[in-house]
This record gives sequence, structure tokens and C-alpha cells, in this order.
Amino acid sequence: MKNVFYLKAIQEALIEEIERDPSVFLMGEDIGEYGGCFGVTRGMLKTFGSKRVVDLPMSETSFMGMAVGAAITGLRPIVEIMFMDFITLSSDAIINHAIKLRYIFGGGVKVPLVIRAPSGAGKRYGSSHSQSLESLFMNFPGLKIVAPSTPADAKGLLKSAIRDDNPVLFIENKGLYWTKGNIPESECLIPIGVANIRREGCDVTIATYSRMVDLALEAAQDLATEGIHVEVLDLRSLAPLDTDTLFNSVSKTGRLVTLEEGYLPTGVGAELSSLVVEHLFSRLKSPIYRIACEAVPIPYSPVLEDLAIPSKDKVIATIKKSCNFQSNTIYVRNKWNHQEHRMDI
Amino acid sequence: MRHSQNNIKTLQRYYHDMLLIRRFEEKVLSFFDVSNKNKIFGTTHVYIGQEAVAVGVCSKLRQNDFITSTHRGHGHFLAKGGDPARIMAELFGKVTGYSKGKGGTQHMGDLSIGHLGSNGITGGGLPIATGAGFSIQYQKQDQVVVCFFGDGAANEGMFHESLNMAAIWSLPIIFICENNLYAMSTPIKNSFSVPDIATRACAYGIEGVIVDGMCVLDVAAKTEAAVEKARGGGGPTLLECKTYRFLGHSKNDLCAYRTREEESEWRKKDPLVQMETCLHHEGMSLQEFTAISNEVNQTIEDAVRFADDSPWPSSQELFTDLYC
Repeated sequence: MKNVFYLKAIQEALIEEIERDPSVFLMGEDIGEYGGCFGVTRGMLKTFGSKRVVDLPMSETSFMGMAVGAAITGLRPIVEIMFMDFITLSSDAIINHAIKLRYIFGGGVKVPLVIRAPSGAGKRYGSSHSQSLESLFMNFPGLKIVAPSTPADAKGLLKSAIRDDNPVLFIENKGLYWTKGNIPESECLIPIGVANIRREGCDVTIATYSRMVDLALEAAQDLATEGIHVEVLDLRSLAPLDTDTLFNSVSKTGRLVTLEEGYLPTGVGAELSSLVVEHLFSRLKSPIYRIACEAVPIPYSPVLEDLAIPSKDKVIATIKKSCNFQSNTIYVRNKWNHQEHRMDI
Repeated sequence: MRHSQNNIKTLQRYYHDMLLIRRFEEKVLSFFDVSNKNKIFGTTHVYIGQEAVAVGVCSKLRQNDFITSTHRGHGHFLAKGGDPARIMAELFGKVTGYSKGKGGTQHMGDLSIGHLGSNGITGGGLPIATGAGFSIQYQKQDQVVVCFFGDGAANEGMFHESLNMAAIWSLPIIFICENNLYAMSTPIKNSFSVPDIATRACAYGIEGVIVDGMCVLDVAAKTEAAVEKARGGGGPTLLECKTYRFLGHSKNDLCAYRTREEESEWRKKDPLVQMETCLHHEGMSLQEFTAISNEVNQTIEDAVRFADDSPWPSSQELFTDLYC
């Protein structure tokens, strides 16, 4: 084992896969000399040259399409989107081409494409550089989505993504880049589509992923001192979802709280919630509660941004709400001022 | 100008290939007719009038050269060597179609002949072609890519981005703009600040060439030069083929936005008629014309029978081919 930063784990995966397979190459804006906006590819141009580390003009719409064209003709491109927010510019190539081509060619083509997308708020970057847009892409069949929370998962999942013959959206959270964790010295692939129980507990399941896992673990630690035992489920993959692990956990605890950094409406939590209600309706002891980024453009001011994105306090309060649920009491949010009030029914 | 025996064979080939597209498209349209029990569904964009472009361009390509196609793609597919029976079967929604019936007119291709797909997104093929060109250069192959797109696509941002990237890396791509004067109903005079789309090439430091898109010989000659340049490492070229679709944008278009006079002027330049005249001059006999015509008719008939006789996709097909 060695202790490395999340960012370094990603870089190690990139380096090892470039060395392993001559068809693997990186493309992105300012990934060469500059080393990428966050430094993930720093030094790689020098090691691998401009053939394997391709600096792109600012043409997000077309360079994603170009990656699709390269992927269907024998290469394995890894595209860096500078900030995940900019993926909207590339979305046509992903939504209308990358994820459909195999199907509409009746299986006659494969699209081994990895899209690396730095997501996440909390850095005071404002509304166009802070979003977590993964739930948007969960809407589209044909795409795999992974969102690791630890350096080991980041390295193992990225290597699996690069070797996968399907398009994979790899969510790397900006807030995790400089967090450390142990990774194995030897090669260790993490399979796509397998969740991980990060902390066992019997009272309530909190299903989350990426940077929010740490928040859930901290909250679980605090709640343990109050006698509430939280099971922390790190989804790791959002598409395909590991529903077996999710259902097993919730059938044990009977309670589910979802936690994500993306927007609340139709988010990851909405999907998880729907799946659990469909399959485990009779096992639920309380409503499923969702914690997510408030439905506002992510504000700049630290005071406001901290209010918009999930906090430990919010997680603790929500878990308590779940555990203390009584069927004659509901909590309703005013649709205009978003204040929650208790309603006895 | 008299052509050598070899050249006459080539001219006959052009004629055959253009006639095949024309008859194929006429057949396709007939299947939207209620009396024909609506064998083809949704919509379609036929290539009638533009045959010289696909045939002239593809005559200068090798089988492993790539093309990207458009919403108006049947002509490109046939010219690149696509099997008319499997294209027809795809349009019928049958499992023997190129996409097992999952794609339809705007979503089919065949990697084994270098066809990277027709495309329902205007301009969507431009970046894909750029990627294929990048791939060829990366793998040190000597293939080229032909990117077909229309005048409408030349106003998409992808046109600018793709030509720029192809130019800065000197990728082996021939951008074929089929300027048929209308983006659906929008005339080029309302949507371009320049009379010739080819002039936009200078913005990327590449060569822009105006081509008579109704004359297969002009298309073939200018494509040949561009292909040679691309294969030799000379980078991309933009060819603007001035052409005209004789029918509407899609099956229900009554062409209210253009005049019947304009249409009949362009009909006079019909690429098939031009080639017929040329072959007459070369002394091709009526029997030879009849033979080509019969062969084409037989091919189309066989294609329709194949499509008709083919089974529908099974319900299991719904979920196959989504992931590898």
C-alpha cells in the first residue's frame, strides 16, 4: 500500500494505461505543457509526447465528436473536460452519437471512450464552474457513469473505464483532488457497477458517491455517539447502478437517505428513491429523504454557497428525521421560500 | 472529346451507379404510398438530383477509406458499396437491415466498407470525420476520410471547429459540402454572407474548390486531386459541390419556398441525362443502355424482395447491442 492524493491516483491510472496500450491517448484543453487546469496531466506531455497527450483548441462541441470518430476507428481516447459544467457544449456528441452508435449499428461498432469530468462545488467558483451534472447523463441509455470517492477507487475505476469498450463518464470531484488515501502497489482494477459499503450500520442507509461519501462518513461517526448506526453506501457507479447492494442494505435498515452534490430535482436520489419504493415498499419504516444541492444556480458568496450544497449538519438532521419518523407527521417545504414546516395529518 | 475504351467503362460505371441511386430512391418514395401499405415509416430524405456527388466522390475512394454521411444518406451508402438489399431492409425496419432495424434512414453504417454512419444531426458527421482522420494519422495509415455535409451544416459551429482542427493537424480529410441551395426551406442567400461556401476554406488556411455537383466528371476529377493531396500528407480540402435536390427536403415537402422555374432550370442539368448524352456521343448502343437499366431494376427488385421476406426484429433485440 502507498498513500497518495486522489489526483495522483488518477494520473497513475492514465500513465499505466498509456504505457500498456498504444491506442490509448489523452485529449483536452491545456493538458500538455500546462498540465491540465487542475494539474492531473502535469508532466505527461514530456514523458509521452504530443501524440499521446493532445492539446485541443477550445472546440468542445467538435472535439467530443472527434473523440467519437477516433473511438470507432480503432483508438481509445480519454477526453478531459476542463470543468464538468462545460460538458453541455459537448453533449450532442455524447447524447446523440457516442452512446447510440453501437445500438444503431446493430452492434457493428464499439465506442471505447472515456470522458473525465471534474465536478463539484465548494470552491467559490460560481455557477458555471461548480456543478455536478451526472444525474443529467443518467437519463441516457448506453453510457456508463462512475464517480469514485477514494484514490484507490479512482485509480481502479479509471483503469476499468479505459479498458471498457463502451463510453464511460468518469466523474472526478475537484474537492477530492488533494485528499489522500491508500492504494495498492500492484495493479488493482475496480469493476464498474459494484457499490461499496463504507461503514456498516443497522438503523439507516445513506446512499451517496464521490465527495459526499466523506460527509456521510463524518455524519455517521457523530451519530454513532448518539446511538444511531448509519450504513454508508458508496455507489461508485451511477450507471449501471448496483441495485443488489442498495436493496440489501435498505432491506436491512428499512430507511434510506440519499446524498448527492448535484441538483435535487430529478437527481440521483430521485432515481434511487423510485427504485427502492418499487422494490422494497413494505420494508420501509420511514419516507426516503433526499439531500442534494438546493435547486438554485450555485451562488458565489461563501455564505450562500455553503447553504446551497449539502453540509454535515444537514446530513445529521435528515438522518435524525428519518429515524424519528412518525406517520402522523410530515414535513412540507414551501415552494416559494423553501422553508420547511411540520404538518400534522 | 472522345474517351478511350477504358474510360467508357468508367463512364458506364458512373451511369450505372447514379441510376441505381435514382431508382432506389424512387422505390423508397413509392413505399410511403398508402397503396403500397406504408412499408417504410417515419420520414426520409431522398438524394434524387445529387447523385453525381456521391458517385463521383466515392469512385475515387478505396474500400477502407472512410465516409461520414448525412440525413440524406442513401446515395452515399450505395456509392460507397453498401448492399441495396440490406439498406432497403433497414428502411423496412427488418432485422436483416444494416442496423437490425434499430437505426433507420438516418442512423446506419457499415464499418467493413468504411461507412461511419448517416447522421440525423445536421453537421454531426463533421467532428466524427475529423476523429477518423485523426485516427488514421495516429495509426500511420494511408486511408482518407470523406465528410459529406450540406450547406445547412456549414452554418453549424461544428463546421468551423472541425475544419480548424483538421487544418491545424493536417488531417487526411476531404470535406464535401453538397450545396443544394436550401437548408430545408432556408435559401443560402438568407443564411450565408458569402456567395460561395468554398471561400470559407481560406479562414482555415486550406484549399477551397468549387465543383459542378451536377457533373460526375467534374466531381470525380476534383475529388481525385483532393484525395491524392490528403493521402500524400497534404491535409484537408473543402470541396463545394453546387447541386440541387429535385424533390423536397423530406417526403412531405411541397417546395413552396422555391419556384417551379428554378426547379426546371436545374432539371436541365440532371446528372443522369448529362451522362446519357455523353455516352450516346461515345457510341453506346440502345441495347447497352437497356442492359444497364435492366440490371439496376433487377437489383432494386431483389432488394425489395429481400427486405419484404426478411423477418421483423425479435423482442429480444430491443435490449441487445446497447453495451459491448
